[in-house]
Parts: sequence; structure tokens; C-alpha cells
Amino acid sequence: MQSKAHTFTANARAALADEPLQAALARFQGGFPVKRRAAIDRLPEFDALRDAGKAIKDATLANLDIYLEQFEAKVIAAGGHVHWCEDADAARQTVIDLCREAGAKTITKAKSMIGEEIAINEALAAAGFTPIETDLGEYIIQLRDEAPSHIIVPAVHLSKEQVAESFRAHHRDLPAERPLSEPQAMLDEARAILRQAFLTADVGITGANMLIAETGSTVLVTNEGNADLTQTLPRMQIVIASIEKVVPTLEDAATVLRLLARSATGQELSVYTTFTTGPKRGDDLDGPAAFHVILLDNGRSRMLGGPFAEMLRCIRCGACLNHCPVYSAVGGHAYGWVYPGPMGSVLTPNLIGLAGTSDLPNASTLCGRCEEVCPMRIPLPRMLRQLRQDAFASGGGPKPMRAGLAAWAFVAGRPWLYRLATGLGVRILGLLGRRHGRFRRLPGASGWTAVRDLPAPAGRTFQALWTERNGARR
Amino acid sequence: MTAAADPARAAMLARIQNALGRGAPSEEQRRRVLQRCAAPSANLIPARGRENDRIAQFIAEAERVNATTERLAGWSAVPAAVAETLAAAGLPPRLRMVDDARLASLAWPAGLAVATGKSVDGDRASLAIAFAGIAETGTVMLLSSPSSPATLNFLPEMHIVILPEAVIVGAYEDAWANLRAALGVGVMPRVVNWITGPSRTADIEQTLLLGAHGPRLLHILLLAEA
Repeated sequence: MQSKAHTFTANARAALADEPLQAALARFQGGFPVKRRAAIDRLPEFDALRDAGKAIKDATLANLDIYLEQFEAKVIAAGGHVHWCEDADAARQTVIDLCREAGAKTITKAKSMIGEEIAINEALAAAGFTPIETDLGEYIIQLRDEAPSHIIVPAVHLSKEQVAESFRAHHRDLPAERPLSEPQAMLDEARAILRQAFLTADVGITGANMLIAETGSTVLVTNEGNADLTQTLPRMQIVIASIEKVVPTLEDAATVLRLLARSATGQELSVYTTFTTGPKRGDDLDGPAAFHVILLDNGRSRMLGGPFAEMLRCIRCGACLNHCPVYSAVGGHAYGWVYPGPMGSVLTPNLIGLAGTSDLPNASTLCGRCEEVCPMRIPLPRMLRQLRQDAFASGGGPKPMRAGLAAWAFVAGRPWLYRLATGLGVRILGLLGRRHGRFRRLPGASGWTAVRDLPAPAGRTFQALWTERNGARR
Repeated sequence: MTAAADPARAAMLARIQNALGRGAPSEEQRRRVLQRCAAPSANLIPARGRENDRIAQFIAEAERVNATTERLAGWSAVPAAVAETLAAAGLPPRLRMVDDARLASLAWPAGLAVATGKSVDGDRASLAIAFAGIAETGTVMLLSSPSSPATLNFLPEMHIVILPEAVIVGAYEDAWANLRAALGVGVMPRVVNWITGPSRTADIEQTLLLGAHGPRLLHILLLAEA
């Protein structure tokens, strides 16, 4: 997927003016945070489990090579294959080669963010295959040729009317007189169409929430059951997973699972949690004859030793999106690439580079809610600040902003000048604004005053008041 | 391609080792790290995984997520309960079930057509036997095998699961311990399914709907008899 992160400001402005999108975001807001809160209230040990989850991930990352090799050995022992792919190109080519080897035509897919990251559907279609997304939300956006706008609820930006419209446009056998106004009718329609896809697919592609080194198992959670039909019915299963998904043991997976669904949707556990180990065995009556795991790096081994290593603890629950004031205002597409919200604003510059994505770390109020709710205690605000510094240091950002920051740094680096300038400014603004107590308009501050008033300062600086107060105390 | 000859694999491992500030691990290092996998131990188990009345907890948690439950004295009560469950849901008297001696020996009513084998399109109801029930979230745990194909858990509209009360454990970790006791450390069936309620989606305007791709109904028969 071509990144549109470099036009974030324009994307965000368009999103704010997009009425259907704003209605969808208003519908979405609050739902998951309230359910998450309720689920956590039923589990007093939640914070202690967060510590345990963080410890598991840190311990795994500290010996990532050893756990990956162990995982690989166990997959092979179970009759499966592991493919090490350094980047998106290699992963796409491997998947295409495997699909050719299987003589595939139809390929069912269960929602996978790694699939989005390597743009696997486009690659498969270009190679002559027919990939079909089976998660209801992913299926809807595939019909509309859109990207997911949320990592766990991909079609959250759409109304039921828009979904009905897409079904009418693409399902040619759907009689015009059949009512399709309610979600249940749309689900019935999608279920019937996708059931045929499941039954005819030659290859099933899934992601993985975790990989277990102890057993060589891949772990996948869904609520619909689509991933299980995707992986059980075709003759080949391909699991695409990034290297940081590995955990040591089944017990470690259990700990992470206690955090995942509660943080994501407020469920105690997703409906289907599936542990898959290798292909169909000797006398099995169902299951794929071939089982392949793609291990994708795509920049992650580079992150491991640096200031963003902790980002590799992320379990993709989406809690930071659900609690972010910026995501809630502009939705996921404005971020311009695969991963939106705070986690995306850290991940995207790390995976595709800071050039062209430096607006993302600035698309944050640094309010800190993302870190507060992160089940893996990832210090997202610190990383966003680090990226801002990196962008400035490498000469990124618009010219007026750079000039402004340079001027501010010049003044702030000279205390006498800073006191003089702020003292003057505050006094003048205080005098000018005495009558109304606020400014409707102010030269040079139109960015602020276009959407709200600027309160007039009281006439004295914080530093002056502080000195006076402390002096009085002494 | 053999693992040793794969340049991508070698490059990825080298980058990881470089980032970790060390070269390839020694055998001793490797053995020490993998001790965690060889002798797995539980992390924090929350108090709700240690409740005294696991059966009551299991039922309450399963019903919270829209499963239905029914307590039966023993195996001999299963056929009648299954027939009634199908009739109550308006489903035809046909059943795809796991190939199990305990089920085969039961007296199935003449009007109920039972078959074993993998599930196929058109199957409306299935019957499986749980390896464990996990009380902390009302989850049933099923293992795939030649006699218990995984498709039974997903293709039909109604999934009926037999759960002997004796196999209900408190926490996920207990279920793993029982699985290792049955199969050995590091050994897994091809598929382990944890199922917590019937299939659902909320992908259209966050409206919760049951029966997305998997079963719309999950009915659990708890058996007092082991």
C-alpha cells in the first residue's frame, strides 16, 4: 500500500469535513472503552497481568533468535514449513510461489494486519489469483477497494447504508426487491456468499496473534469463526506472521490472551482461540495437507536494538486507537498507511522511514491515554516525542515550523531574553485583552483563533508570579 | 532449501543477534533459555481461576457469552437431550457427531439420523466431546483427531458439546497441564480449539449479531457422570 502519510494534514482536514465518517466515528466513540473498563473491573489482577505480559515479551525479545529457531524446529517436526522473509517483497513472492505450487485459483483470507502491511491481496490478484477476505468487515472493505480504518474493526468508518450499497453493487444474484436495510440481513447475505468461498478455496491465508516456541503452534483469535474455516477447508494453509509474535510457552500465551480481548473489545476472551500445529495428520479427515509459516522481518530486527524496541511488545489490541482523541476525530484512513492511531504513528515511521511520515508523531496531543491503557505498557508518548526529535534533527517538517522552533530555541536558551520577551508579550497582550478577557482574532495566531478564542493573559508571567510567591515564603 | 543454506534466514538471525549485542548463542546459552520451554511454568493466575464452585462458575460465564447449558445425569441421557435441543431450535433431526465409543453405544431415537465423519456443507447440527471446560471464562476446549474433525466445530449452525463435569478446570493453565499429562510436554494435537460462546460479529455499526460464519447456537451438556 502506497503511503499517504505525507499528506496527513490534508487527510485530517478532509476527514473532519466528511459527514458520514464523522457520524461513524461518533457511533464508535465510547463503545470499546466502556466495555474494556467493565471487563477490567471484573479482573482485579489486570494491572499485575500487564506486568506479567510485559515481562514475557521482554524476555522473549531478549533472546528472539533462540525462540524463533525453536519455533521453526517444532513446526518442521510437526510436518510444516517455515519461510524467513526479510521484507514485504520476499514475503509476497513466497506466498505467490506457494499458491502456484498448490495450483490455486481461489484463496480465502482471514484478517491479518501483516497481510495489509505486505499488500498481499493486490499481489495475489496481479498474479492471477482470486483472494477473498472472509472477516465480515474486511470483506466489506475489499468490495469497496478500501484499506481498513482500524486494526480490529476494519469497517468502523462505514454506515450500514454504505455496506448495503456495496453488497447491491457487487452481488449480482441479489434480487433488487430483497430488503437489505438491517445488519442481520447483510450478515445473512455475506454468510451465504462466503460459505461458498470457504468450500471452494484451494489455499487459506491467515495471520497469527502469537507463535509458540514450545510447541510450534500458531495462535489465532476471531469472533466470527472465519479464520477456522479459512484454515481447515483448503488443501494448503499459509500463516503470515512477523517475528515479534513469538512467545515461549502455552502458559505465556494464556497470560497474553487474558490481556488481549479485554483490551480490544472488552470481551473476556474472543469466541474462537485456535492453536494450530502443523498440517493434517495421518488419519485426519479434515485440515490442510500442507502448512506453511512466513516469518516476516520488514524492519523489526532493526528496531530491536534501538529506542523503539519496546514497540515490539505490541499485541495489536487497538486500545490505544480506541482511547486516542486524534484517532477519534479523524479516523484511521487519515494516517495514510496500514497502522493508524498512536501505535501506528510509532510503527509507520519505523517500518517505512521517517521521510514522508513525520506528521504522524505530531498527530498526537501527548495526553498519555494510549500508554495508560496499553496492556503491554508501551511508552507511546515517549516514542512519539523521540520521533519528533528525530524528524527535527534530520531536517524534516515544514519550513515555518522549523523557523519557529529555531526562534523559540534561541530565546529559550537565553534566560534573560526569555524573561524579557515573555514579560513584554504578556504585559502587552494583557493590556490589549483587558476589556473582553479573550481574543477573537490575533495576528500570527489565526491557526488558533480560527476555531476558538485565545484567553488573554493576566498581565504577568508565571515566572514572575513564582519568584514573588517563593520570595514571600522565604 | 535447508535451514543452514537459507541466506534470508541467516541475515535475519544475524541482524537480531547484532541488535541484541551478541553473536550466535552458545549451546549452553541456548539450553538455558529453552529451559523455559522444556519445563513450562505458570505466570500469574487470577483468583477467578481458583474458585471453589467451578461448575457454577463455568455455567455463569458460558451463559454470559450467549452459550446455553443443560445438566444431565449421565451419557444415557444424551440422545434425548440432543433430540429435544434440535427440535426446540427448529432444526431437522439430523446430527453429525464425533466417532466415539461412548456415543456409539447409546440408544439413539429412531427418528434422529446420526452420522460420523468430517462435517460437510448442509450439516445443520453437530455433537462433540470437550477435552476440558475452563471455568474462568466459560470456555470449552476441543482437540482435533481422526475421530473428532475440527470442521464439526465450525460448519453447522448448532454446535452441541458434551462436557463431563469432572474435566472442568479453573484456569487456562490447568487445561494445559492436563493436556501435557495426556500427550506429553511440547506435544499438541493438530488443532486445539478454545470456544467461548457462539460465533458473532459486530462489524456493521457495532451491532452484535450471532452466527457470523461459525455456529449461531452453542449448547453445552454438562454430565455429572465422568
